[in-house]
Amino acid sequence: MLGLTIREVSAALREGRISPTELCRKCLNRIKRTRHLNAYIAVTEELALKQAGEAEARLLRGAPKGPLDGIPFAVKDNFCTENIKTTCASRMLKDYTPPYTATVVQKLLNQGAILMGKTNMDEFAMGAGSTDGAFGPVRNPWSYAAPYRERTGAAPDSDWVVTGGSSGGSAAAVASLTSYLALGSDTGGSTRNPGALCGVVALKPTYGLLSRHGLIPLVNSMDVPGIMTRSVSDAAIVLGILQGQDTRDSTTTAAPSSLTELPEHFDVKNICVGIPQEYHAPGLSEETLAQWSRVADMFERAGARVKRVSLPHTQHSIVCYHVLCHAEVASNMARFDGLEYGHRSEEDSSTEAMYASSRHEGFNDVVRGRILSGNYFLLKQNSEHYFVKAQRVRRLIAEDFKRAFGSGVDVLLTPTTLADAARYSDFTQEDNRTRSAQEDVFTQPVNMAGLPAVSVPTALSSRGLPIGLQLIGPALQDKKLLGVAQWIEQRVGFPSITGAIKHMQDGSFDSFIIRHCPCEIEMRPVLCFMTC
Amino acid sequence: MNKQISLLYPKASCVIRRISTPRARCDSELQPRAKSDPQQLVGVVGLEVHAQINSNTKLFSGSSVRFSAPPNSLVSPFDASLPGTLPVLNKRCVEAAVMTALALNCTINKKSLFDRKHYFYADLPAGYQITQQRRPIAVDGTLTYSILGGKKRSQVIRRTSTIKQIQLEQDSGKSLHDDLRSQTLIDLNRAGVGLMELVMEPDMSCGEEAAAAVRELQLILQALGTCQANMSEGQLRVDANVSVHKPGEPLGVRTEVKNINSVRFLSRAIDYEIQRHIQVLQRGGTVQNETRAFDSKSGETIPMRDKEGLQDYRFMPEPNLPPLIVYEDNASLPTGIDACQAVVVQEIRAGLPELPSIKRDRLVQTYGILPEHSFTLVNEDGLVEYFEAVLKATTKEPRKVIGWVTNELVGHLKQRDMSVSQSPISPSALAELLERQESGHISSSVAKQVFQEMWRSPGKTASQIIQEQDLGLVSDATQLHSICQKVVDSHPVEVHAIRNGNKKVLNKLMGLVQKETKGRADPVLVRAILQEKTS
Repeated sequence: MLGLTIREVSAALREGRISPTELCRKCLNRIKRTRHLNAYIAVTEELALKQAGEAEARLLRGAPKGPLDGIPFAVKDNFCTENIKTTCASRMLKDYTPPYTATVVQKLLNQGAILMGKTNMDEFAMGAGSTDGAFGPVRNPWSYAAPYRERTGAAPDSDWVVTGGSSGGSAAAVASLTSYLALGSDTGGSTRNPGALCGVVALKPTYGLLSRHGLIPLVNSMDVPGIMTRSVSDAAIVLGILQGQDTRDSTTTAAPSSLTELPEHFDVKNICVGIPQEYHAPGLSEETLAQWSRVADMFERAGARVKRVSLPHTQHSIVCYHVLCHAEVASNMARFDGLEYGHRSEEDSSTEAMYASSRHEGFNDVVRGRILSGNYFLLKQNSEHYFVKAQRVRRLIAEDFKRAFGSGVDVLLTPTTLADAARYSDFTQEDNRTRSAQEDVFTQPVNMAGLPAVSVPTALSSRGLPIGLQLIGPALQDKKLLGVAQWIEQRVGFPSITGAIKHMQDGSFDSFIIRHCPCEIEMRPVLCFMTC
Repeated sequence: MNKQISLLYPKASCVIRRISTPRARCDSELQPRAKSDPQQLVGVVGLEVHAQINSNTKLFSGSSVRFSAPPNSLVSPFDASLPGTLPVLNKRCVEAAVMTALALNCTINKKSLFDRKHYFYADLPAGYQITQQRRPIAVDGTLTYSILGGKKRSQVIRRTSTIKQIQLEQDSGKSLHDDLRSQTLIDLNRAGVGLMELVMEPDMSCGEEAAAAVRELQLILQALGTCQANMSEGQLRVDANVSVHKPGEPLGVRTEVKNINSVRFLSRAIDYEIQRHIQVLQRGGTVQNETRAFDSKSGETIPMRDKEGLQDYRFMPEPNLPPLIVYEDNASLPTGIDACQAVVVQEIRAGLPELPSIKRDRLVQTYGILPEHSFTLVNEDGLVEYFEAVLKATTKEPRKVIGWVTNELVGHLKQRDMSVSQSPISPSALAELLERQESGHISSSVAKQVFQEMWRSPGKTASQIIQEQDLGLVSDATQLHSICQKVVDSHPVEVHAIRNGNKKVLNKLMGLVQKETKGRADPVLVRAILQEKTS
């Protein structure tokens, strides 16, 4: 039951094969059993059971609110939730409870979906591994699945792999079968990257199609709420519910069409798939390259036109992305001064001293580093040289895409990441900045241009870890993009998550949890710090 | 809104009325600037005016705007900069800025942009202010104002200052420093209220000009209804950039004077600062580029400590607000745009009310009054309406009515710190009094007496007072004959002079008769009788 897609479990609920309360309890149990993954910062058990009871009453009356009624979901902890702590995985906000709910979360709640909890992430979404949050790193569920264990012989307590980031908790929640869908945020790849590494479908919609109201920003001009599900068709259902103009976010646009269900059979004969040559980047793994070629060949064999395209400014994108990102971070983080909310230092010798120590104590090195460099880029004498120049290159990058789509290309096919997930011990050999530059190389140009993109899991690597490919479409062509993604999904035969992690449910696995994760014994609703 | 405030704060709303253009000396007064001594240091003044937009809600949030509400009672999550909140532009504020810009002859930028200006201050919760640095909503305007010159200050001299730009921006909150307990309390009620910042070119030369310009601006904003423009309530805040130079030479180092909360203080602060610069330079010193605060008690400016040090505001485009587009007319609206969501310049232009300068010209032309009287009329809120209401109810000529309004009425009001609407004498009551005088029922000196009595006893009509106190003219010929005879008999020297041809002396005798009758004798009759008796 837990391994089903939204569409399947929704049917099961309507047919009475399972009740929302039963389903909710199953998910809550599973959250407890997979606590070692550290996917959740907070589990909203009480609220979830209350919501499940209400959904049950509606289903019994035969009046469900829609396809999501009674479906458990998880939300990245940078979306505001009324009366539920929203921490951004930062000491700065560890006790912060917002007085309002983000639009996208509210839309899911209005549909009767059941909030299971808030998921772990890199602090303020700054990272590509979900390793740099105040509540410790997230572990990739595939680390504990049979393929990885069997093919690598890895030791469970030391050789686990990262989820990718920054929405690693959300990806892990969907992959470990504790939620049927999860919201992430995507600024430079933060939804697609962990989606690819955890083997789930991860959609970054067109900028402005989903409201950012209530999403604690990283880079306002690039942030988009991301959707993570187990199937492309599920992503389409959720997109249909979340998209549309919001009066509280002036950058939103009206949805081009009310997205209903995707057609079961998408004809690729008439489409043109572009392969951007610049994405043959240094560091691209053999296996990922092989998957890329395999799917391109599939399109060709099916009668689609596959052509090589050039996006010449891609190579400059990551540098410019970082300049723009850090500049907006410096600006957005200015509000965290400990006065109205958030961490406030004991230091009270002066207002300035209080600011300085509150911010020093509240933010980790990564956040402080970006604030520092961002402010440097915005200084009067530097702004033209860094910020304005990066903005110009940003426009060139957007024009590259426009030109490609203008030349008859319908979608671009690229890898999502350079390789499959790294072991935590390897990943942390490099600093956050280096990792972000490596990990976001294929994903952030899309954010620079505001385009829709989706990562689809295609195969397991030789290490038994997921590999994903990315499809990029023109602005507001999200539905068509998902149609193509589903075509891939139907043909690649990505192994079912349920099959791969059956191993997790046997007794030896549970004893491992108890042995290595002391916080599991206490069953606290909020995870303890680090180390587990 | 307007009404509410003046009901709640009748005292405060009067403060502005008491202030007329101050009479400080202005070196350039009446002297064409070209003639001034090229060796003489002269002042150069530019103003930055922050006008709080008169709107129900804030610039980017739905919280109410109200002066003097309980602390932190008008604060939305956005105003407190809670993370995840986004700005949503208030259409009314845009319309107010466009209307103000049109009244000040500005060019409206059809596309303008918002920027973030960063600095840490406790009453700026987001750590930045949303403003319009790169492309403001309007540029290149003019403010025409007049100062009174000449020996009797009756000559109206017109001046024009250039408005560089008008930008929309957020107001900050308020910090209340409790030095005793060494803590600062923050009130965010004002945080996020819409401001229009008017940046003016440094083309004024003294405090009097600046004060007259700001007074004119106040009248314009009040006529438009885009700002209540009360300086003591902070709805209008004026910072002055002051420097001195020798004409023809580059401008000197400038200082910025803040903390000025009335038009009178503005004039004093600027003149003080110009003199200070001149003295520093004459002593061989150099003027420091700094921000200074005006201390109204001492009349001096003093350096502001907390504004020391150079700020780098790290300007950045506001990413959460798309460009602000205004449309020239309904025809230029793109398809798919909801007309009630669009700001259309032509509609706003069509709705512009009569501006103060036009009103003054109209008053001078229509009623034949003096220009300086038109200033007095327009300066006092409601006085034009009062004046015109009196005219409607009397046959007396406007030129004879104006003195009653600008001297008697305004004099009494100012003495008691009252507004026109609070006058105990209504326009119709004043008209009745003037009618009695016009018809020869009472003399002008008695009329003034009656006016005072009416002021003291609201509700009593002029006729009642005249009757009760027997103030009507004595026109009984026999009675007047006998009084005149008495005066003629007791002043043989004067009578002799008159008979020798010095007719002016007759006035003295007339005065004596009026003294006898306490001003109630019919002057026409008295003159006739005296002429007869002295011929």
